[in-house]
Amino acid sequence: MAALRPAGDFDRSYEQDMAVVRRPWQWAGLVVGLLVVLSAPLWGSAYLVGTANTIFYTIIAVQGLNVLTGYTGQISLGQAAFMLVGGYTSALVTTHLGLPFPLAVLVAGLATGLVGLLFGLPSLRVKGFYLAMATLAAQFIIPWLSRHAFPDLLGGTSGRIDVPVPVLLGVSFSEQRLYYYLSLAALIVTTLLVLNISRSRLGRALVSIRDNDLAAELLGVNLFQYKLRAFFLASFLAGVAGALKAHSQRGVGTEFGYGLEESIILLGMLVIGGLGTNLGPFLGVTAVVLLQDLARVTGQFLSELFPAIQSRLLNSFRPIFFGLVLMIFLIFRVARPGPPLADDQGGVAVAAVCAVIRNQE
Amino acid sequence: MDRNAAILSVEDVSLHFGANAALSGVSFDVRPGEIRAIIGPNGAGKTSILNCISGFYRPQQGRILFKGQHDLTQTPTDSIAALGLARTFQNIALYTGLSTLDNLMAARHIHMKQNMLQSMLYWGAAQREEVRHRQVVEEIIDFLEIAHIRKAVVGALPYGLRKRVELGRALAMQPDLLLLDEPMAGMNLEEKEDMARFILDIYERRGVTIVLIEHDMGLVMDISDRVVVLDFGRVIADGPPDAIKQDEKVIQAYLGEAN
Repeated sequence: MAALRPAGDFDRSYEQDMAVVRRPWQWAGLVVGLLVVLSAPLWGSAYLVGTANTIFYTIIAVQGLNVLTGYTGQISLGQAAFMLVGGYTSALVTTHLGLPFPLAVLVAGLATGLVGLLFGLPSLRVKGFYLAMATLAAQFIIPWLSRHAFPDLLGGTSGRIDVPVPVLLGVSFSEQRLYYYLSLAALIVTTLLVLNISRSRLGRALVSIRDNDLAAELLGVNLFQYKLRAFFLASFLAGVAGALKAHSQRGVGTEFGYGLEESIILLGMLVIGGLGTNLGPFLGVTAVVLLQDLARVTGQFLSELFPAIQSRLLNSFRPIFFGLVLMIFLIFRVARPGPPLADDQGGVAVAAVCAVIRNQE
Repeated sequence: MDRNAAILSVEDVSLHFGANAALSGVSFDVRPGEIRAIIGPNGAGKTSILNCISGFYRPQQGRILFKGQHDLTQTPTDSIAALGLARTFQNIALYTGLSTLDNLMAARHIHMKQNMLQSMLYWGAAQREEVRHRQVVEEIIDFLEIAHIRKAVVGALPYGLRKRVELGRALAMQPDLLLLDEPMAGMNLEEKEDMARFILDIYERRGVTIVLIEHDMGLVMDISDRVVVLDFGRVIADGPPDAIKQDEKVIQAYLGEAN
């Protein structure tokens, strides 16, 4: 990523060269961006703030998927189920143990990480499609367990339990405008962690598994250990995202989704935003969420223009528009040099994007 | 011919895939500080023996002693790097999605100490470690004259440069023994001469022992100290280049057509 710079402008140390934010305009962009995001609840509508909140915790889940699928090249179709684990864990430790919210989120992440390790074990033996099948098992087992195991704790067949409103330092985060800051804080922390992973020993080991696992082994990377680390990190982040989602929705359980479709959509968001790039989760999640709105608005506008076919337009316009825009998105993504998709992952990626489009109908 | 002095000794190695014997009773040794060439016609088992040494293939018979004490046929593949052995591949096995710099940094994996948590926090010791290893890597980048592609993504580089980056990645592991599988295949004369110069420099200035598979006879005879010739999975000759050139069996099997 060699950006052109004015003559005479150069780094004076490797620390400078390796820094994430290093140009004055990058600092300026960061400050302005943070100011806008921090002040959004003051000037934004309730709808905007609520949507942004959803985008924030979804990005965290997709960041986890990015570590696993984008960096390490291991496809997972169970991210939503891992979010469910995180949501339940956080709900249970706050309700029954009275843990404070930040600690509960951390515990939720760690617990989900351990569950993820369990489902990562098959990655020693299988790759590609077959690993996707193995993670699919998680996506079916976990929600099933949540409805059938410990009905007193997990809500049984009702598929939901209530989650308390987080209270920190005497402030109750019941309002979306306040809760927004919790999600934002978590997102900032996870973004820093993910950035650091991608530029250090851990991240290089993960990418080397994706790009050439034989060579990685010869360069001293223990494949199994590092794949498990990737699974742990992915589920850790899913757990954090799940905890945030549960507290935001004040409830958790299969009633709130967490199904296979959601897992595939998370993967679709990642593919759309860019596998294996740190910006990918941000672009993908924001694009998919905002496009839904854009499609709705454009559809309404068109139906006013063509009242004769109004009913048909409103039904079919959204998926068509969505599919078209995503195709454009993908074409431009693919044209750009970057980590290529392995052959057996391309199919899964296409399927994931199709699921996102289908979801619009 | 002190056998104990050998940095690598391949002893009676046999490898077969089903009924096909790839290697039958292959034995040779590599002494510290020499360039050892392995030659032979296509399908003779040159790459197979390299794959046995680097732990990809497990021979059914025989052993491969590294530094007199480690039997590589019994060592897990991912532990071989730390013993001081590195290799390049016939058809380039770089991390195509990473930059040249990151490919070389990835080779520092075995020399770096930071754990998962330190990598995630990237603070203090971890950052200092990254900078320290960056200095080692930059020195290799200078040596191989690839500074201009330092931050280019490797997948987009031309073939000759990728070969050079792969050599750099192997060097960044700071091995005692370097296995090169056809480092000059598919190169033009100029690129070949560059590569030969780098190999000689690695050997002379860095004191790395080199095992080389190469098809260019003139070049092999010029730069190697001793040559082992394989044909149909057997050693048919072993000795200094001058003796190999005169060897009847070698001429019949291989050189006859080439020269």
